[in-house]
Amino acid sequence: MAANRNRRLIMWLGMAALALVPPVSLALSQPYYVDLFTRILIFSIAALSLDLIISYGGMLSFGHAVYLGVGAYAVGIADAYGIDSGLFQLLVAAAATAAIATFIGLVSLRTSGVHFIMITLAFSQMIYFLSISVNKFGGEDGMTLNQRGQFGSLIPLDNANVLYYFVFAFLALFLWIQSHLVRSRFGMVIRGARTNPRRMAALGFPVFRYQLGAFVISGVMCGVAGALLAEQALFVSPAIMQWSRSGEIMVMVIMGGMGTLFGPILGAVAYLVLEDVLTGLTQYWGFFLGIILVAIILMGRQGIMSLVYGLRWKSSHG
Amino acid sequence: MAEPLLIADQLTKRYGGLTALDGVSLAVEAGGLHAVIGPNGAGKTTLVAHFAGELIPNSGSIRFAGEDITELPAYARAARGLSRSFQVTSIFGDLSVADNVSLAIQAHAGHSFRFWRAAEEDEVLRAPALQILADLGLADRAQESAANLAHGEKRVLEVAMVLASRPRLLLLDEPMAGMDPGDAVRIVKLLAELKRRYTILLIEHDMDAVFGLADRISVLVYGQVIATGTAAEIKGNEEVRRAYLGDEEVA
Ligand SMILES: Nc1ncnc2c1ncn2[C@@H]1O[C@H](COP(=O)(O)OP(=O)(O)OP(=O)(O)O)[C@@H](O)[C@H]1O
Ligand SMILES: [Mg+2]
Repeated sequence: MAANRNRRLIMWLGMAALALVPPVSLALSQPYYVDLFTRILIFSIAALSLDLIISYGGMLSFGHAVYLGVGAYAVGIADAYGIDSGLFQLLVAAAATAAIATFIGLVSLRTSGVHFIMITLAFSQMIYFLSISVNKFGGEDGMTLNQRGQFGSLIPLDNANVLYYFVFAFLALFLWIQSHLVRSRFGMVIRGARTNPRRMAALGFPVFRYQLGAFVISGVMCGVAGALLAEQALFVSPAIMQWSRSGEIMVMVIMGGMGTLFGPILGAVAYLVLEDVLTGLTQYWGFFLGIILVAIILMGRQGIMSLVYGLRWKSSHG
Repeated sequence: MAEPLLIADQLTKRYGGLTALDGVSLAVEAGGLHAVIGPNGAGKTTLVAHFAGELIPNSGSIRFAGEDITELPAYARAARGLSRSFQVTSIFGDLSVADNVSLAIQAHAGHSFRFWRAAEEDEVLRAPALQILADLGLADRAQESAANLAHGEKRVLEVAMVLASRPRLLLLDEPMAGMDPGDAVRIVKLLAELKRRYTILLIEHDMDAVFGLADRISVLVYGQVIATGTAAEIKGNEEVRRAYLGDEEVA
């Protein structure tokens, strides 16, 4: 279908542009851009993971940053115990977020609507306050890591460009997986359960287990993002899973375009670049960010993606 | 004699002070069309929801194919072949017509923890879905978004989804609801055809359709079955006449 082809084209172009960030920042002698965009790619993964459950699955999780936090703390704690294998750290982060997401999902997916929002928020607050109160791992002040995870001499994460492409590879992998997943049988079940759960049950689908599956996949994806954030910043603190962070990730998804695959990535780029630019210009950056956000949302249901579609439409007709 | 395919025994459902089902007992024999008629608010849809597993009765029991299913969740009943349609059209408007039917096929084609292959390109789902659409005369609408169908076509899709879910018993809740007479004739023909292949429990308002199609008829009034019998028996029943049928309709 034409819409599908367009979507795939935007995905390829967008990823190609992101792949050019290190050489461009080198040409501009602005190494800072590599750091900024590493962070942006990490949040892109988080936004992508949230998009899966809120847009396709209709599960309005308002505590998604908790998986960032759990993934990051998994790496931080592994590091504190002297485990420096990067692969092992990532596996610990994935396992920890899978366990937490399973638990949160088992409880909260029994509810829906506002209750679901509240209960996912409540769980994330619980874990947030837990991270504040455990002094062994830095408490409120957070913990500093000794070094980045080791992936052998071929992948020295201490090199900013290597770290960038390392994160890029994860984003590309997850985007690829998600583009298949949402059209697969599994994807059809969670999408059907969003629009008409009653009919899905009448057709014979035990929707709960599929929703839980999507919830856990999304949590693990976001957990990997959290682990990468810890590797990049070499620092982990409770702030990473504050409820406002969950809100930011949701804003990225809505801003970029819900259920458009590449949209949430565009949203993460737009949000964090705007934040970066506006904080340099004015102390009221939050206000202006808000105005821009409202404008983007008024542009269409698919956020920035509707703008991209609009351009393509015009160019092919004129 | 074999046990009837579906048996309701003394089903009672209360909503606060309102008793929507008041000791309903009913037996649907395998291989026929059993119609349930009754005035608005009699409890017909409530009864279907109990058979489909969306509602659990306050008391009473339901047996299907020799098994007590009173407490079984809806999806598990559908897996056993109890397949319902909805009086208020309940399709996936954001999906194509073919996707709607494919989804019904998928529900009975093993588990759905399959993450890679596009369901749309899966012949195992697509081929039988297109076949059903062709049988029901919707083949040329297969790629259309379901939301764009005309009302009559949506009602046909509603039935197509039931047929796609490997039913042993069709629970059809007013399949002709809101249709204009021309489209309704199409559905009546379809039902006459389907009743040779399936056991059907039909909820319907249209008396002509019911008397023409049904092997047995139960009359539900205020949550109670006041009569069950053949078309002739129901037409001749004094109580039914008084409670429900206008005299001119019976003549
Ligand atoms: N969820 C509910 N809460 C309270 N009352 C309900 C509920 N659902 C149905 N009822 C009531 O139960 C009675 C039976 O409703 P039901 O929908 O089963 O009737 P029906 O025979 O299908 O009517 P119709 O011919 O209009 O479709 C009605 O009086 C209705 O108002
Ligand atoms: Mg009804």
